[in-house]
Amino acid sequence: MSNAMRTPAGAINVERYQGAVAEGRFRRLWNTNAPGYLFLLPWLIGFFGLTLGPALISLYLSFTDFDMLQSPRWVGMANYVRIATADPKFSAAMHVTLTYVVFSVPFKLTFALLVAMALNRGLRGLTFYRAIFYLPSLLGGSVAIAVLWRQLFASDGLVNAALSQFGIEGPSWISHPNYSIYTLVALSVWQFGSPMIIFLAGLRQIPQDMYEAASLDGASKFRQFYKITLPLLTPVIFFNAVVQTIDAFKAFTPAFIISGGTGGPINSTLFYTLYLYQEAFGNFRMGYASALAWILVLIIAVFTAFSFLTSRYWVHYDD
Amino acid sequence: MTEMTASVTAARPPSDITKRSLPASLIIHALLIAASLLMVYPLLWMVSASVRPETEIFSSTSLIPSSIDFSSYARGWVGLDVSFGRFFWNSLVISLLVVTGNVIACSLTAFAFARLRFAGRNFWFAIMLGTLMIPYHVTLIPQYVLFLNLGWVNTILPLVVPKFLASDAFFIFLMVQFFRGIPRELDEAAMMDGCSAWRIYWKIMLPLSLPVLATAAIFSFIWTWDDFFGPLIYLNDMNTYTIQLGLRTFVDSTSASDWGGLFAMSTLTLVPVFFFFLFFQRLLIEGIATTGMKR
Repeated sequence: MSNAMRTPAGAINVERYQGAVAEGRFRRLWNTNAPGYLFLLPWLIGFFGLTLGPALISLYLSFTDFDMLQSPRWVGMANYVRIATADPKFSAAMHVTLTYVVFSVPFKLTFALLVAMALNRGLRGLTFYRAIFYLPSLLGGSVAIAVLWRQLFASDGLVNAALSQFGIEGPSWISHPNYSIYTLVALSVWQFGSPMIIFLAGLRQIPQDMYEAASLDGASKFRQFYKITLPLLTPVIFFNAVVQTIDAFKAFTPAFIISGGTGGPINSTLFYTLYLYQEAFGNFRMGYASALAWILVLIIAVFTAFSFLTSRYWVHYDD
Repeated sequence: MTEMTASVTAARPPSDITKRSLPASLIIHALLIAASLLMVYPLLWMVSASVRPETEIFSSTSLIPSSIDFSSYARGWVGLDVSFGRFFWNSLVISLLVVTGNVIACSLTAFAFARLRFAGRNFWFAIMLGTLMIPYHVTLIPQYVLFLNLGWVNTILPLVVPKFLASDAFFIFLMVQFFRGIPRELDEAAMMDGCSAWRIYWKIMLPLSLPVLATAAIFSFIWTWDDFFGPLIYLNDMNTYTIQLGLRTFVDSTSASDWGGLFAMSTLTLVPVFFFFLFFQRLLIEGIATTGMKR
């Protein structure tokens, strides 16, 4: 065999053989990979055309002046410099958004956990309560709810009507810059249903015998909560906190509807995303809005990275 | 998923119920009922306001109207140049197309990731998970410019076409998780018998995945129905408005002079979501509990 391969005729054979191998390899490569890529095709088109491409373009636009009428004009870091140093509306929007995050997320999660714990007692009517508490979360993002909320907290609205029965004269919540943001916080807290359901699922995973053992040892309810429930629930708390915080950074519709798109009074409901929308589609400062978008991404990324880094010190995983 | 679901819905051992004293139970029930009332009161009040005589809307915080009057609905329905029927129709068309797009495109993608072997699979899967983290604001402006240049603004295309390109990575992830739970022997045997990948997807995977497909479809529908931002950007002609934009325009145009009509139309926009909630409550709640879907 090896002798035959040294002959010229043999060499040709080898080439042919290798050619056949290469062709076979190609066919095999095609056969094993083509179905996967064919199934992936819509997503790949979407990824390059609607995600990666636009993301890169938006990064480029953030270094330009772009009003959609003329082609983008390179301005270097000017947009970012202006954001950092010379844009009072940016700081207002940042302040409003952080206030919203800091107040809405902890309250929402606390309610969600309290109600989930109350429901996790084998009560009759669990399904009913769970449904009622979840309903606002499901309806929450719609314009109708924002409209309703605007009415609730209007100066002659339902909240003040209820307060007046106790002899309290409430302010006009919506149109007072000191209170308007808290009406939006209240709206967010009202939608504690979906983190509640996740807490409920988490609570169900905690083995019941741990509580039984603890109560045989004479541990109080409070102690059981601190020593069993809370530590075992930290992965769920962590998850809910991260998801709700990122969501809160991105809130838009309620602020838009309640302030009629202005973010007023006196920028007190100027959510970050609302400001971004105004710059992009109100003032057609597309380059500047792109820079704002990237700042938001950066903030969310930093926050997420920070949560994950610190999580190792307080999130308790079984395995 | 099924495992988690089972544990979520499983009843508590009876010992746990009997141990609790009656007064403690009563107090908890009382608190929960009070909280429930507080939760739904604004919603019920809105519905009740929509059938009240106009003069009575703000005179009381009570939920029961002195007389029932549906004239607000008739007035609100035609309150703008374009009737709410048109907005409902537009929303319905968009939502149904989005549901179709999401279910088809995301299940194709998820099937490839969960069941097919190909070079670079893990790489693309990691990329796909990465897109979950990207806020839409980053791609918003270039996408807008793109759709504007394609002449798609004021059509439903910018809202619908991306869904046919599996742009909702969240649903892909959800489906991958579900597909992975289906026994591998099924498609391996089919593969041995010479079944093509397509047939396995179509004849084995999809029929076995109806729960996750339904969950994705229902959430797609509700989120699209409620979406305000997308239509706000892409639809400027009132004839193309969705129900959410129509309602917002109604708010602006009446500027609170026709509260009855406003609450009537607000109530109507919530009706489809409410019915989905009523019929698919269990599916929605399991979807949230097992996957942590937001909202």
